[in-house]
Amino acid sequence: MSYSNKVIDHYEHPRNVGSLDKNDSHVGTGLVGAPACGDVMKLQIKVSDNGIIEDAKFKTYGCGSAIASSSLVTEWLKGKSLDEAGTIKNSQIAEELELPPVKIHCSVLAEDAIKAAISDYKNKKSPH
Amino acid sequence: MTIKLPIYLDNSATTKVDPRVLEKMLPYLSEEYGNPASRSHIFGWTTEKAVENARAQVASAVGCDSKEIIWTSGATESINLAIKGAAEFYQDRGKHLITLKTEHKATLDSMRELERQGFEVTYLTPETNGLLDLSKLLTAIRPDTILISILHVNNEIGVIQDIKSIGEICRERNILFHVDAAQSVGKVEFSIANLNVDLMSFSAHKVYGPKGVGALYIRRRPRVRLIAQIHGGGQERGFRSGTLPTHQIVGMGEAFALAVAELKTEAPRIKHLQQKLLNGLSKMEEVYINGDMEHRVPHNLNISFNYVEGESLIMAIKDIAVSSGSACTSASLEPSYVLRALGRNDELAHSSIRFSIGRFNTEEEIDYTIKLLTEKIGKLRELSPLWEMYKDGIDVSTYNWKSDGERDIILHH
Repeated sequence: MSYSNKVIDHYEHPRNVGSLDKNDSHVGTGLVGAPACGDVMKLQIKVSDNGIIEDAKFKTYGCGSAIASSSLVTEWLKGKSLDEAGTIKNSQIAEELELPPVKIHCSVLAEDAIKAAISDYKNKKSPH
Repeated sequence: MTIKLPIYLDNSATTKVDPRVLEKMLPYLSEEYGNPASRSHIFGWTTEKAVENARAQVASAVGCDSKEIIWTSGATESINLAIKGAAEFYQDRGKHLITLKTEHKATLDSMRELERQGFEVTYLTPETNGLLDLSKLLTAIRPDTILISILHVNNEIGVIQDIKSIGEICRERNILFHVDAAQSVGKVEFSIANLNVDLMSFSAHKVYGPKGVGALYIRRRPRVRLIAQIHGGGQERGFRSGTLPTHQIVGMGEAFALAVAELKTEAPRIKHLQQKLLNGLSKMEEVYINGDMEHRVPHNLNISFNYVEGESLIMAIKDIAVSSGSACTSASLEPSYVLRALGRNDELAHSSIRFSIGRFNTEEEIDYTIKLLTEKIGKLRELSPLWEMYKDGIDVSTYNWKSDGERDIILHH
């Protein structure tokens, strides 16, 4: 399988690897995928009181494309509002990383991870 | 000592042609170009002599008579001819065959083809160590069973099946026994003379010979008959028509002769490398060996590194040529069917690497491999949310992972 240089760069030098305190009320956590499918992404965002994402961290179990997709979105998320973050589409991720068709699911998973992290943060703010 | 990168540890996929083998082959690619079937001149007589000499080398290496060896294009063709050719000839006796779920695809797909033609096939599940429980084989045998096909040495996990006992079971019941020995020549000592095997398939390129040539052993006493699958000039006593590729046959003969002559000195050296690799990699946590370690060729080590995905690991260790049990590179996302048949869960199957050690690997290469693997697995685990969960005491296998369907509902409400 031949990867684009962008995938290889993110894979070899992943940005924002790590974890934030998931019990912090400013932190939203998304954990998506399943080990049996070969991909699991954990994406965390730290949101300021005025609704801006100040920090993002990830950990990913999966192929090079999955690691690159999650690394890329942590870069994109920082500085965005929650509403802006919610508009990130998998097609933008796939286009930026030049993912081949068999790896599109990696970008879908990264979009899912963003939505799951936002949803977790919002639940913490207004639990129902 | 400097190491030349990349390091080749994929000798179960194919091997480098031994320079001594290449040297024997070369004259038959230049001045000795006669067709071995040409009976009317010296060009044909010379190459026929070379082909028969190679046939004697192969027969001697595997312990049978020269007349029992026929040339094919490789183990895949040998297996197709053995299984389909025997099933077609003996179908009046019965239409049931038995094999293992962990066989090579050449066997499994030949069996599938026979099923389409109306034969019935039983696919036995091996034990979790990869070995066949003979009592399960006995239970599967029916009055209409005509052929049993078993892989001697498994290509993915290197386990050695008890072909001596299986042969006895077959002979007592008048059932034909085919053995796929593509991965066993030069790795494990055996002689057909001591085995009740009726058909045995061989390949040259797994044994430091050239690609594109193989052989099939067909027993003469008691005589085994086959329906030919390739028709033409009637070469190989009608079993396999087609002009013989003298240079490749000469290479296979020399490769088999060397493999058997050097087995006694090579096996302990390779065993030492395997143990070194195993001990080095076992220093890491959550490392699982796939397949039995006792009934196994020293050339193979198949290991799952839990919480690390196989394809990303292969990408991280690109200086080392190995195979992964994760078929993530294909569109299917299906992990190895061999590891699944052993009962390994998908996560461990996805995390597996097959190291296959060969004649040309050195101790320095194994040291380098251990160092690189340890470093890269450490890095990938730092990146792995599953490793983090494991370290936090969460059981990843029983964790409630959301299926795709559920996730869609959450996202789009």
